[in-house]
Amino acid sequence: MKITREQVIRVAELAHLELSEAELDVYSRQLDEILAYVEKLNQLDTSQVEPMAQVFSGDAAEENSSARADEARHSDVADAVLGIAPDPSRPYFRVPKVIEK
Amino acid sequence: MTASWNIPSIRAALQQKKLSARELTTEFFARIDRRNPELNAYLALSPEQAFAQADRVDSMIARGESLPPLAGVPVAIKDVISTRGIRTTCGSRILENYQPPYDATATSRLHAAGAITLGKTNCDEFAMGSSTENSAYGPTRNPVALDRVPGGSSGGSAAAVAAGLAVVALGTDTGGSIRQPGALCGIPAMMGTYGRVSRYGLIAFASSLDRIGPFASTVQDVASVLSVIAGRDAADSTCVPVPVPNYSADLDRPVRGLRIGIPREYFGEGMDPAVRQKVEAGIKLLESLGCVPVELQMPHTDYAIATYYIVATAEASSNLARYDGVRYGLRVPGSTLLDTYRKTRGRGFGPEVKRRIMLGTYALSSGYYDAYYLKAQKVRALIARDFVQAFQKVDAIVTPTSPCPAFRLGEKTDDPLQMYLADIYTVTGSLAGVPGISVPCGKTPQGLPVGLQIFGPHFGESRVLQLANAFEKAGGFEV
Repeated sequence: MKITREQVIRVAELAHLELSEAELDVYSRQLDEILAYVEKLNQLDTSQVEPMAQVFSGDAAEENSSARADEARHSDVADAVLGIAPDPSRPYFRVPKVIEK
Repeated sequence: MTASWNIPSIRAALQQKKLSARELTTEFFARIDRRNPELNAYLALSPEQAFAQADRVDSMIARGESLPPLAGVPVAIKDVISTRGIRTTCGSRILENYQPPYDATATSRLHAAGAITLGKTNCDEFAMGSSTENSAYGPTRNPVALDRVPGGSSGGSAAAVAAGLAVVALGTDTGGSIRQPGALCGIPAMMGTYGRVSRYGLIAFASSLDRIGPFASTVQDVASVLSVIAGRDAADSTCVPVPVPNYSADLDRPVRGLRIGIPREYFGEGMDPAVRQKVEAGIKLLESLGCVPVELQMPHTDYAIATYYIVATAEASSNLARYDGVRYGLRVPGSTLLDTYRKTRGRGFGPEVKRRIMLGTYALSSGYYDAYYLKAQKVRALIARDFVQAFQKVDAIVTPTSPCPAFRLGEKTDDPLQMYLADIYTVTGSLAGVPGISVPCGKTPQGLPVGLQIFGPHFGESRVLQLANAFEKAGGFEV
């Protein structure tokens, strides 16, 4: 077995997901199957291979870089952004209390 | 009988004043009213914006102004691409009432080119799936066979164009989500090189893989749309500054003498025999046009699905951390802030999204990062190297798009791994960052469309389009 039910519970905590008992059962089984399939990557010797995080890296990234100049620009989106918030209290987003007295 | 429109025929009809943009827009909304209830291709319609844009085009015509390249063209936009003021759900309950305060760059470029946005198309939740069955708003049906899926994740975009409910559509491709539904619905569908089209305003799934690209009924229309949406954008630093050629102008260049690579790994077990037969006939058709087939080996192909489902889910687990019920979208109140996060995410996300967040979180977690995520990134480099080496020998690579034609609704929903394998021929190019198109390549004896996939080297979009166009003109639809 690649992953235990206890590990699945721990992963759900890390991911901030509330899962039902039934979901934990299903995901335990399915993640185990998927991880068993992924095991095939270990057939390959990658000790001499650099990891690829982006399509263009190193010189290619330099060549294809399109960073813009860091200049201040006017932005006036606060009202639009707060307008779609679940519980706005201008200019803030209101959330349940984080710090206890 | 509904007329079949394309970009040149719309342009001609508008310029000759045979109809107005408003009339054409009215016609498309009428078509959507008739067909969408059974197809569920659209999740939201935007008639106000559409008619306002149509009127702008009509007044340009009235004033005798020259028309922008997509003037009056009715478009559909996948629901993971931001449209200002138009509900954008990503097929998810967690964004059920979300109206973006801004447009994606691809959206605003379509508008600037005169296109008319009809509405937003259905997709697998956050683009995670290969059948559009993972949408929280019900599946889309394949217009070619209503008991079958349109493919995914951009199934709504593919179905809308295939059913004549839009002339072109935007989709997104992370592991095959443009090309596979294009194949299953029988229309051309393309992703450019990674970074060719800005991702600004594309709601992120896996940032190192996500690409926006067009669906259309002809390769020529695909080229026209790509020419409009491609190119540098200061709002996306991964959008490359390489100049954008006029893809339409290069379309009819001869294909005689082009070397087309046929990688043997794409023709192994697991392919539907009818798909194999059509794709082999498609390759013969390219040969009859003077293309030279070259047998290739791409030895890491078999590792692509495993690599993809680690890399993509790892990136997704990070990208989707933003849905916490604080700033936008659903909030399910809890007793504490943490409890609010957990409840909001637990109820707001559907089963496949939660599965992928779990897998990605695990692959990135302490003690497993090297074994899974780092390992997958290294194998990704080997897969990319296969492509670099192949393009030293050939001009393009030709493969099937999907191992099977459109499958029945519900056929693969119980087995995530089987569903993942639907992307077996498309994820390789996604990982390598190369451009790829799917073009219709005949139909199975049951009448289900088959797609031929053509990959080019980085920034080889012109070559890919040129081959696809020659294939289509030579009767690829009917091989």
